[in-house]
Amino acid sequence: MASTVVEGEGIGARVRRKEDARHLMGRGRFVGDIQIQGLQEVAFLRSPIAHGHIRSLAKPQGQEAAVFFWSDMASAVTPIITRSTMPGYKLSSYHPLAHEKVRYVGEALAMCVAASRAEAEDLTEAVTFDIEELPAVTDSEAGKAADSALVHEEWGDNLCLVTNFDSGIDEVAKTAPVKVVREYRTARQCMHPMEGKGLVAYWDFQADQLVVITSTQVPHLIRTGLSECLGLDQSRLRVSPPDVGGGFGYKCLLQPEEVAVAWLAMTRKGAYRWVEDRREHLTAGANARQHHYKVTAYADERGRLLGLDAEINVDIGAYSVWPFSACLEAAQAGGNLPGPYDFRAYRARTYSVATNKPPFAPYRGVARPGVCFAIELTIDAIARAVGRDPADVRAENLVQAAQMPYTNVTNKHYDSGDYPGSLAKAREMIGLAAIRERQKGREPDGRRIGVGFSTYTEQSAHGTKVFAAWGLPLVPGFEQATVKLLADGTLEVRAGIHTIGQGLETTLAQVANQALGIPLKDIAVKLGDTASTPYSTGAYASRGMVMAGGAVSKSATELAGRVKRLAAHLMQCKPEDVDFRQGRIHAGEASLSFADIGKAWYLRPETLPEDIDTNGLEVTQGYKPDVDSGVFSYATHAALVAVDPDTGMVEILDYVIVEDCGQMVNPMIVEGQAYGGAAQGIGTALFEESPYDSSGQPLASTLIDYLLPGPTELPGFRIGHMETLSPYSAHGIKGVGEGGAIAPAGAIVNAINDALQELGAEIGQIPATPERILNAIFAAQPKQAAE
Amino acid sequence: MKPAAFDYNKPADLAAALHALSGDAKPIAGGQSLTPMLNLRLARPAALVDIRRQADLLKISEAPDAIRYGAALPHAAFEDGAVPDGTNGMMRHVAGGIAYRAVRNRGTIGGSIAHADPAADWISALLALDARVIVQGAKGETAWPLDRFMLGGFTTVLEAGDLITGVSVPRLSPSARWAYYKICRKTGEFAKAIGAVVSDPDRGVFRIVCGAIEVTPILLEARSVEAALAEIDSRLADHAPAARQLYKTAMRRALEGLGETSA
Ligand SMILES: Cc1cc2nc3c(=O)[nH]c(=O)nc-3n(C[C@H](O)[C@H](O)[C@H](O)COP(=O)(O)OP(=O)(O)OC[C@H]3O[C@@H](n4cnc5c(N)ncnc54)[C@H](O)[C@@H]3O)c2cc1C
Repeated sequence: MASTVVEGEGIGARVRRKEDARHLMGRGRFVGDIQIQGLQEVAFLRSPIAHGHIRSLAKPQGQEAAVFFWSDMASAVTPIITRSTMPGYKLSSYHPLAHEKVRYVGEALAMCVAASRAEAEDLTEAVTFDIEELPAVTDSEAGKAADSALVHEEWGDNLCLVTNFDSGIDEVAKTAPVKVVREYRTARQCMHPMEGKGLVAYWDFQADQLVVITSTQVPHLIRTGLSECLGLDQSRLRVSPPDVGGGFGYKCLLQPEEVAVAWLAMTRKGAYRWVEDRREHLTAGANARQHHYKVTAYADERGRLLGLDAEINVDIGAYSVWPFSACLEAAQAGGNLPGPYDFRAYRARTYSVATNKPPFAPYRGVARPGVCFAIELTIDAIARAVGRDPADVRAENLVQAAQMPYTNVTNKHYDSGDYPGSLAKAREMIGLAAIRERQKGREPDGRRIGVGFSTYTEQSAHGTKVFAAWGLPLVPGFEQATVKLLADGTLEVRAGIHTIGQGLETTLAQVANQALGIPLKDIAVKLGDTASTPYSTGAYASRGMVMAGGAVSKSATELAGRVKRLAAHLMQCKPEDVDFRQGRIHAGEASLSFADIGKAWYLRPETLPEDIDTNGLEVTQGYKPDVDSGVFSYATHAALVAVDPDTGMVEILDYVIVEDCGQMVNPMIVEGQAYGGAAQGIGTALFEESPYDSSGQPLASTLIDYLLPGPTELPGFRIGHMETLSPYSAHGIKGVGEGGAIAPAGAIVNAINDALQELGAEIGQIPATPERILNAIFAAQPKQAAE
Repeated sequence: MKPAAFDYNKPADLAAALHALSGDAKPIAGGQSLTPMLNLRLARPAALVDIRRQADLLKISEAPDAIRYGAALPHAAFEDGAVPDGTNGMMRHVAGGIAYRAVRNRGTIGGSIAHADPAADWISALLALDARVIVQGAKGETAWPLDRFMLGGFTTVLEAGDLITGVSVPRLSPSARWAYYKICRKTGEFAKAIGAVVSDPDRGVFRIVCGAIEVTPILLEARSVEAALAEIDSRLADHAPAARQLYKTAMRRALEGLGETSA
């Protein structure tokens, strides 16, 4: 299973990314770079109040034409309403500009237009308003209370959705010899793609359509969403995404600003741009990650997990985002908490609680960074309760390789892999035995070291039935891709998925190269534009490589057949005798270039036989994995940390990732995804937090208060690969985009708790700030003194 | 996050700069603190007076007992040893620990003092060094000790039209020792706690500063580690235990690093 060096440029080759040259030279084309004659800039006036009735709203005199309220668009625009078939799910109307009420600080009240952003911001200051403040809901626990203020009065409570799962746990609860009870909290986070959200919208008179150049992961979905909100035919709506500077889920949503600016362009027939700034991202953009768990685990004396009983609360903010809804998170949390473990008694109640905060959106890994944190800390807590090494207890609880494929207690179908194998390898790479020795002594600097592991599965490329079961208004379908051999022998690949920095321009070209042997430099990959690519639900859920990769593979294979038939005619041999080598087409001694084929088809068709296949050299094919319940990547992360008990500061001394995403299309890109994801996971574990005060004011409104990890906070990651091909997907590929972000909080906090064990201290809340660690030590000290 | 409109001017000399500052104008030096304030519209001066390249503010004058540094000298000049040092390397060390290089290239010592962020490094270090802040204003020139110059977090004695022209830092004896311990969560962040110590027995100087509290850093009376920690406990009694722990740890490590506990 060790990865070998793959020659050439096809699947498995470590080739450099095609897209990097333009980015490294600063020649990308992002929303902020776009120039259109007469382009006007938009700024939003945002509510300074978390919850209140809008009593009045007035435009500055003489500037009425440059300022817009909901009342201006109400007759033409439908608010964003995300439906779901989940029983009991409650609907919210998310207005592009606030209507009657504001429900979070940062909700847009007015849209202002001027020649420059600064002048547009001047206008926002000139708008006057009066908001009657209401008590704010700022905590999921308090929001559930009967006497809580209501975010949406018509709901009668703040519960957008409650789910129950119970496989039967009473018997285990009665008889299990070991019971571990814990509470865990994860912080509210912002996703911080390097480029914020933003768009340009204009009316194209030639095509008689609205063109929306938006920084998105899901251009085809945005076309659907905008069409619904604006009442504009999809045939008159083109979504053309530019370069996108990171997404992480944040750009998977139809943003209210997108609707508002598109409406401006549609009705004013001009060109308008809005670019989110960092402060808007921090205080008004969709938030993520905030969970609260109450977990009771049952185990035997050796720490074998017998059952798990959990209450999961998700602080979903004020509105349900489109299309993924505010409840995908809780549904996934409840479904994924059992993780990679083999046990059959499970009960989970989930509460999606509305609060007066920005709406909640799925962020890289969706609910799994939270559930992984919760289950991984629980495994370690069980190990401590039975007095065994967490690594041993973890290994025994994992689904074993011989059990594959394995359907778990929540009906997740794990297709393939060796989970204990990844743990064993991580254990060896981090040097567990040596660390345990080292821990017997004292560190010269007085710090305490600890080691922690975290193993997870990452469902990727979930199929149609999985999404349908989550009740979403939009179910991702199969994926199509177009490949087209041009007259000069170069190849164009087009797919509706978009590139957001994850390297698809390279990896999709590698898949095409695998089928045809055309060099990567001669393959142009065009993505995302609704005007030129087949429909795709887009780049999320780690589906791109599996789904678009599968589609490119199928189309390119079909094209290869057609090329072979043409070549066979030209070389007067049988198609079976034709093969592709070194970027050329061979049959015995004879050989042709792809340009010869292109020329024959496009320029000299009269030389082709009577019964020629007139479908030509452009192929669009669709793809779905043989079993479309998703293919499961997995990994084990191991962290070695030093904790300074006097300051609560944590340093990551070593960090190991052992991952298995099936067939790696480009190991360098897999590693980049793992490192980048792990960097974000380290932010989750140690740094990032958007706190709110009791009136709903965000306390982190700049990057001074919201700490992002930088290069000096990140360890030199060490990575090991395993390659267990999926039996269900083309080439055995599994998704890899999200995984890196899932495990770090579990591994790092387990390591911290390992380091703190002698002090009797334990933490269950992230980020593990110096303050939280010190408070845990303080809390443990009286106990220590008594011993 | 774009500033409200302002006028910009770059006067030819110090006199012109002081004149330009007489209206509703603010000096801008490195812009590392002011620009974010402008962008957040927390500062909205009618005009900015750019003093970063003012020759008078880049001057260094050496006297036998002190060195006077022009206010517009960037942190990087100290870090790189491009200016003379009378502190046995303390200023160079402190400068190198401010933010990261891009900020140090532009941010100035005068701007840092004027901004008076209680967590800023120069504020604590210069208090420990017993430096004087030289202010030029309508009333002429005044030399302020740091803890009198600063009235609290982000507030100082500076009045409209005043300019910090320089900082005068006493020369330490060759035998003098110093320690500076800063606790911050990540590289380039402002400190959570600072312990700064200058011990110069030949000049009868022993100054211990506890910094990065929300107000002006405090000069401790204590002369030993235990006394310093007890003093922090009592003077910062209103702080949460975890915060106090950081101040005490920074102080203990600074004093232990100095290798001596009494003057
Ligand atoms: C990311 C980041 C991290 C940072 N981290 C740290 C850190 O760890 N430690 C630290 O100490 N600092 C830190 N800083 C602040 C940095 O040191 C600034 O350079 C400094 O605070 C201000 O200096 P400036 O020259 O940029 O002043 P400016 O931003 O130009 O001005 C700041 C204020 O001082 C006034 N002013 C400037 N010069 C004068 C003068 N001569 N007379 C009167 N008023 C004047 C201005 O009007 C303004 O009100 C950080 C800054 C950034 C952006």
